Amino acid sequence: MDLSYGPEYEAFRAEVRAFIAAHKDKAPRAGRGVTAGKAHKAVREWQGLLIENGYAARNIPKQYGGYGAPVDILKRVIIEEEFNSAGVSRGVGGQGPEMLVPTLLEHGTEEQKQRYIGPTIRGEMIWCQGYSEPGSGSDLASVQTRAVADGDDFLLTGQKIWTTTAHESQMMFGLFRTEAEASKHAGLSYLLVPMDTPGIEVRPLETMTGDTEFNEVFFTEARVPQTSIVGQRGEGWKIANATLTHERNMLASAAVLDGGLRNLVRLMEKERVNGGRVMDSPVLRDRLLRLQSRVMAMKYHSMRMLTARLKGEFPGVSALVTKLTGCEVSHQLNALGIDALGELGTLYEGSPRERDGGRWQSQHMFTLGLIIGGGTAQIQKNIISERGLGMPREPKPQARA
Amino acid sequence: MDFALSEEQELLASTLRRYLDEECPITRVRELVADAAGNDGGTWKALCELGIAGLLIPEEFGGSELGLLDAAVAAECLAWGGAPAPFLGTAVMAPVALCEAGSPEQRARWLPGLASGSTRVGVAANELASRRDGAGVEVRDGRLHGTALMVEGGPDANFFLVPTEAGTRLAWVDAQADGVTCKRLTTIDRTRGFAELHFDATPVADWLGGEGGARRATQRMLDAGRVILAADILGASERTLELAVAYAMQRKQFERIIGSFQAVKHMCAEMVAELEPARSLVWYAAHAFDHVPEEATVTALHAKAHLSEIGPFIVRTATEVHGGIGFTDEQNLHYWFKRVGVDRQLLGAPEALREQAAREQGWIE
Repeated sequence: MDLSYGPEYEAFRAEVRAFIAAHKDKAPRAGRGVTAGKAHKAVREWQGLLIENGYAARNIPKQYGGYGAPVDILKRVIIEEEFNSAGVSRGVGGQGPEMLVPTLLEHGTEEQKQRYIGPTIRGEMIWCQGYSEPGSGSDLASVQTRAVADGDDFLLTGQKIWTTTAHESQMMFGLFRTEAEASKHAGLSYLLVPMDTPGIEVRPLETMTGDTEFNEVFFTEARVPQTSIVGQRGEGWKIANATLTHERNMLASAAVLDGGLRNLVRLMEKERVNGGRVMDSPVLRDRLLRLQSRVMAMKYHSMRMLTARLKGEFPGVSALVTKLTGCEVSHQLNALGIDALGELGTLYEGSPRERDGGRWQSQHMFTLGLIIGGGTAQIQKNIISERGLGMPREPKPQARA
Repeated sequence: MDFALSEEQELLASTLRRYLDEECPITRVRELVADAAGNDGGTWKALCELGIAGLLIPEEFGGSELGLLDAAVAAECLAWGGAPAPFLGTAVMAPVALCEAGSPEQRARWLPGLASGSTRVGVAANELASRRDGAGVEVRDGRLHGTALMVEGGPDANFFLVPTEAGTRLAWVDAQADGVTCKRLTTIDRTRGFAELHFDATPVADWLGGEGGARRATQRMLDAGRVILAADILGASERTLELAVAYAMQRKQFERIIGSFQAVKHMCAEMVAELEPARSLVWYAAHAFDHVPEEATVTALHAKAHLSEIGPFIVRTATEVHGGIGFTDEQNLHYWFKRVGVDRQLLGAPEALREQAAREQGWIE
C-alpha cells in the first residue's frame, strides 16, 4: 500500500493549485445554471478557460474541441480534488458531457462527433436523457416509446419521464423502440432528438423538494431523420448500459460525503440549544460519529476502487456497492442536520430563521430521490447479488405457469 | 497511489487460509474448543511455524518486521477460520509495546521468545477502556496490587503485560511470580481464552519505558489492538457471509433454491454493501498506524467502532439466511457469531470508542 501520488503527480497538483489561485475570481458562482438551451455565459467563458488549460474535456480529442490529453486517471482525480477543495466551479457538467460525449466517442459516426461533441463540452448545447417512462422505471429495457420508420425518418410516439433539464435542453439522447417484433432488449435504438421538433411537448414535474428539475416529455409523431441513430438499430440497450454504471457512481461521490460531514460538524459546533452547543448532546454526537465512520469507510473505499481502475482491474463486488451505500449515508447526513436544528430544521423556502438556506431539508429530500433514481436501492441489491455474488435472477412469473 | 494489498500480503492470506482450511477447519476447531482446559492441539505452534507470532517483530529478534496491515490481514484470516489463537495480545499488543517502550536489553530479552511463539502474553488492558468497580491494578512499593478482567490469552500466558497508573506505567510480569492468581473466565466465544488476574504484592520483572514512553506505548498498543479486533470482526463476518450465500444456493423451498428469492438475495447484498467499505476502513486504519501517525488513533477508534456495528449485523443476517439450521449448534455458524460478539466489547464498546474519537478530534472537551 502506497498512498502517495509520486513527484510527477505532486508537480501536476501544484500546477492545478496555481491555476485555481490565479483564476478563481473568474469562476462562476454556484447556481449560475442554464438559459435557453445553453449554459450561462459566465459558465461558458469559464469552461473555455478550463478546456484551454486541460481542466475540462481533458481527454476529449482536439479535433472535437477537447484538450486532447491522454487518459490519466490520477490527473483527473487530482483536478477533481483540487477544484472541490477550493470550492471552485468545474465548469459545464451534466448529462451531455458526462454521458452523451463518452457514448459518441465510442459509438458515434464521425459526423455525429464533429457536430455534437464540441458544442456540448463548451456548454453551447444542453442535453437531457430520455430513458425512463411511466411504465418503465426499474425495468428500463421495457420502454415503449416507439420510433416507427417512415421514409428516411423515424416518427416518435410515446412518453418519457424523470427527464432532468428537458425544459432547458436543446437535445435529447434516449432509448426508443424501433424493432416492434424484436425481444425486449433487442428492440431498442439510441437516438439523438432535437427538443424543438414539432410533436414534442415538455411538462415540468415538480418534486417533493419544490424544485422542477424533472419533466415529462410527450412525443406525438415527432419526426427525426434516421441518421440521428447512434450505433445500429437494436443496439440501444447495449449502448445505453455502458454509461449507466458511470451515472450510478456519479450519484455517490466520497468527496461530497466528506464535505457533507464537515458541514455537519460545523453546524453542530455552531448551533446552540438550551444554553449549550448541539455538539454537547451525547445522543446527537454519537449519531455524528457513527456517520463519520461510514463516511471514512466510503472515502477509503473510493481509494480502493481508484486503485483498481489504475491497474485496469474490475474490482468485483466491492465496486457495485458504492451507489447503494453512498446514497444512504448521504441521506442520513442530511437527516442528522435537520435533527441538529430541531424545530428550526423544518423552516424552508427562505423563511425567517431558516438555516443554511434550507439546504438540510432540500438535500434530505433530494438524496431520497438519489436512493430511488439511477436504479433504485432494490435494483442495486439485485445487481450486487446477481453480478457480485452469482445468485440467480428471480424466475419470471410466466416461467412457472 | 496503490490502496491494495501487496502480492506478499495476498500470499500471506492465501497461505493462512489454505492452512486453516486443511489443518484446522471448523470441525477441528469444534473438537479443540470442547477441551475446557484450552488445549489447542498444537494449532498455535503450527501457526507460529508459518511466522504468525513474529509479524511485527524486528528481524534481529527473529521476526519478519512487517507492518500492522500485514497483521490485520493475518487477523482477518484467523477469524475467517475461527482459529483458536492468542494473536491479539501475544502477536500484536505485546510486541508493539515492547518495540515502542522497551530498552534494547528488554527487547533482546523478550522479543525472541515472542517471535518464536514460546512466550505467550496476556495483556491486561481492559481497564484502560472499561474499569469495573473493584477492578484496576495499582503500584505500591514497586509491586502490583489489584485485579484485571478479561485478559485475552490470559489462561495460557507465561507473561502478563499490565498497564497501570492510567497508562503511565507498563509492567512486564512473570505469570509464575509471587502473588499472581489467574482465573479462567468463560465467555460465549470458546475459540479464545480469557482470564481474570489478581495481583497481591506481585513483583514486576521489567518496567517498560519511562512515564512518557509508557504512555505512548500504551496508546500505540491500544490503537494496534483495536485495528486487529476490527480485522477479526471483518474475517468472521466475511466467513458467515460466504456460508450464507453458499447455503442459499443449495437450500430449496417452494421448489426453488432460496437464493433465487429477492428477500434472501437482498439480505446477502446488504451484507456485502456493509462489509466491503468496512474492509477499506480496516485497511486504511492499519496503514495509518505505520504511515500516517497523526491519524492512527482516530482511524483505529473508528475502525473498531464501525466493525463492531456492521459485524453483528452481518453475522445475525447470515444466521437468518440459514433459517432454523443456523440456530443449531451443529451448523457451527455460531462460532463466528460469538467471536464477533466478544470482539465488539473488547478494548472499548463502540459508544465509548466514538466518544473518544470525538475528544481526539477536539469536538468536545
